[in-house]
Amino acid sequence: MKNLNRRDFFKSAALGVSLTVLGTSKAKGSDKMLSDDRLGILVDTDVCVGCRHCEWACRVAHNLPTPDLDNYSDNSVFKEYRRPDAGSLTVVNKFENEKNPLLPIHVKVQCMHCERPACVSACIVGALTKGDDGSVVWDDDKCIGCRYCMVACPFQIPTYDYDRSIDPHIRKCDLCTDRRKNDELPACVNICPNEALLFGKRDAVLAVAKTRVKRKSDVYVNHIYGEHEVGGTSWMYIARKSFDKLNMPHLAANPAPGISESIQHGIFAYFVPPVTLYALLGTIMWITKRRSGDDDELISDEEEKGKGGKL
Amino acid sequence: MIPAPIKYKFITPGVIFLILIALNGLVFLAIRFISGIGAVTNLDNATPWGLWIGVDVAAGVALAAGGFTSAALGHIMHREEYHSIVRPALLTAMLGYTFVAFAVFVDIGRFYFIWHPLIMWNGNSALFEVGICVMIYVTVLYIEFFPMVTEKFIGRVNFPQFLDFLNKPVDMILRYLDSRLSATMFIFIIAGVVLSTLHQSSLGTLMVIAGQKMHPLWQTPILPLLFLLSAISVGFPMVIFESLIASRSFKLKPEMKILSRLGRMIGPILGVYLAFKIGDIFIRETFKYIVIFDTAAWMFIVEMALMMIAFALFLSRKVTRSPLGLFIASSFVIAGVLINRMNNFIIAYNPFYNPVKYFPSFGEISVTIGCIALLVLVYRAIVMYFPVISQEKREIIRKI
Repeated sequence: MKNLNRRDFFKSAALGVSLTVLGTSKAKGSDKMLSDDRLGILVDTDVCVGCRHCEWACRVAHNLPTPDLDNYSDNSVFKEYRRPDAGSLTVVNKFENEKNPLLPIHVKVQCMHCERPACVSACIVGALTKGDDGSVVWDDDKCIGCRYCMVACPFQIPTYDYDRSIDPHIRKCDLCTDRRKNDELPACVNICPNEALLFGKRDAVLAVAKTRVKRKSDVYVNHIYGEHEVGGTSWMYIARKSFDKLNMPHLAANPAPGISESIQHGIFAYFVPPVTLYALLGTIMWITKRRSGDDDELISDEEEKGKGGKL
Repeated sequence: MIPAPIKYKFITPGVIFLILIALNGLVFLAIRFISGIGAVTNLDNATPWGLWIGVDVAAGVALAAGGFTSAALGHIMHREEYHSIVRPALLTAMLGYTFVAFAVFVDIGRFYFIWHPLIMWNGNSALFEVGICVMIYVTVLYIEFFPMVTEKFIGRVNFPQFLDFLNKPVDMILRYLDSRLSATMFIFIIAGVVLSTLHQSSLGTLMVIAGQKMHPLWQTPILPLLFLLSAISVGFPMVIFESLIASRSFKLKPEMKILSRLGRMIGPILGVYLAFKIGDIFIRETFKYIVIFDTAAWMFIVEMALMMIAFALFLSRKVTRSPLGLFIASSFVIAGVLINRMNNFIIAYNPFYNPVKYFPSFGEISVTIGCIALLVLVYRAIVMYFPVISQEKREIIRKI
């Protein structure tokens, strides 16, 4: 440090600052405009009979180990509440219907494909992206397996292959991107025998949901789950029971990544705060160096004796 | 007082104990890389982050804060009297961050893609910011450490016979690097402080996105500020803690003159942290969650009690004047920050569907304490080889 004269200091400080400024890149916000054509799916839990054919079709479509379709008529799996895991991207659960015990409520669980997804905001390498069609998909070539998307997801959807050391995947519903490329419906929608899943543009699907809730207001609770939750989701649900009792998390209407991104962009704001801090510290260093000039001489004396440490 | 390698025997009963702990950790590390994370940890789809992120990474980064706080004091504010603590603090930071990086490598599923954030950017992600800052900061720390290497070897480069033609060129390279570095070192010193400020706070932003999955006692928009303040609070206590342990272990006289002065600064810093932390509880009215007295509440009470006791201790002159007092008070801060990080990343994380409450497995704990043991061993080896710890001249002579 002692070899440094003031001119050098300014030269190098200026270099440091300009390098930092060069490195500035405009952060892209997650609040980009959503396409009007984005997709939506309505789950009418009052129509679903819990045949679980969607689970089977989903596994087939995603090349996951698939039991024979006949095994799916076994209703004992409903005894336990299930969640999607590394082997199944969607599961159906059964809930009691107090008003009519003969007609239990079946609720399908899968990625909600949020309008403002927390996982996309969180992902360290941008391996999760939100497409114009509304789907949130995972990129095998980018993911580093940090599992921050799982921490961020308000619906607890992404799952991880804990048993694999090499090439573990983050798995979740991808809205059958591959099938849709060939003009096919998502596997679950395609197979559903009761048309409990309504697939189309989100606006249209939402309109149908509103009509159904209004027309059968004695049946449905007046709440379309997914219309507003965490800023809206692609998958939406209507049901005859409060969603709190169907193990759907109670969520506010503000987008999930919300404050996190504001803080992040506040701290960085085009790199102004870090550069300012750098300049400020540089100034303090320069001023205090002048003041402690005597001490420097002391140290150099020591060094002349041959053993003193620089820095 | 000048920095010099410490002459002392490397192997002691304590060292053998540490080696055994490290080996035990290595066994579980091997299993993790052969059979996957699930084979060693208790992590599941409901609890994706556990001990390795909460302690190895989050607490590790905080406890390595001594590096940037003492650099700010010694070099940026030019308080020359503190120079003797900068080197050991720098070494701790360098080793600490190396182990943090290693812990990340162990915890991420696709460890072979750890370099991806360098070229695949997501400016919205707090984790990306932490990752990039830590990567640059580790590099800066190695650069800052380099003068200790040149000091050791300049004029003393001595390769074995068949390579001795390298002696002169290597010596010249070292001399050149040394002169360039001492002219530009201030760039790295300031950069180190800026980078630390950034990623220490972003580490707090990390859990903000977990939203209501996180217990309201800890989930607050000022998490980044609290993380930064607590990191600054634990910086000097960590330096004091290590300095006293090193003195005892190597039978040196503790540098009480410097450590006491350092200790007197800790009280006010802790006071600022506690003011924000307690203010946050009252503004968000989360004190109602404390009187529930469940596990989370008790952990919060423990965390706060440790920090408040430390605050009271550091305000007392009697404490800061005695080595034992300083050691105990510093230990309280270190324990407080360690538990705070564990609380934020493990205890506070409670998603709506969580059938199996997470508790770290034997394998996870083994890897964590194994890494810490290894860290201590490497620290010991380095201070015995490089001029890191300042000693009285007669101590050096006596030991030589």
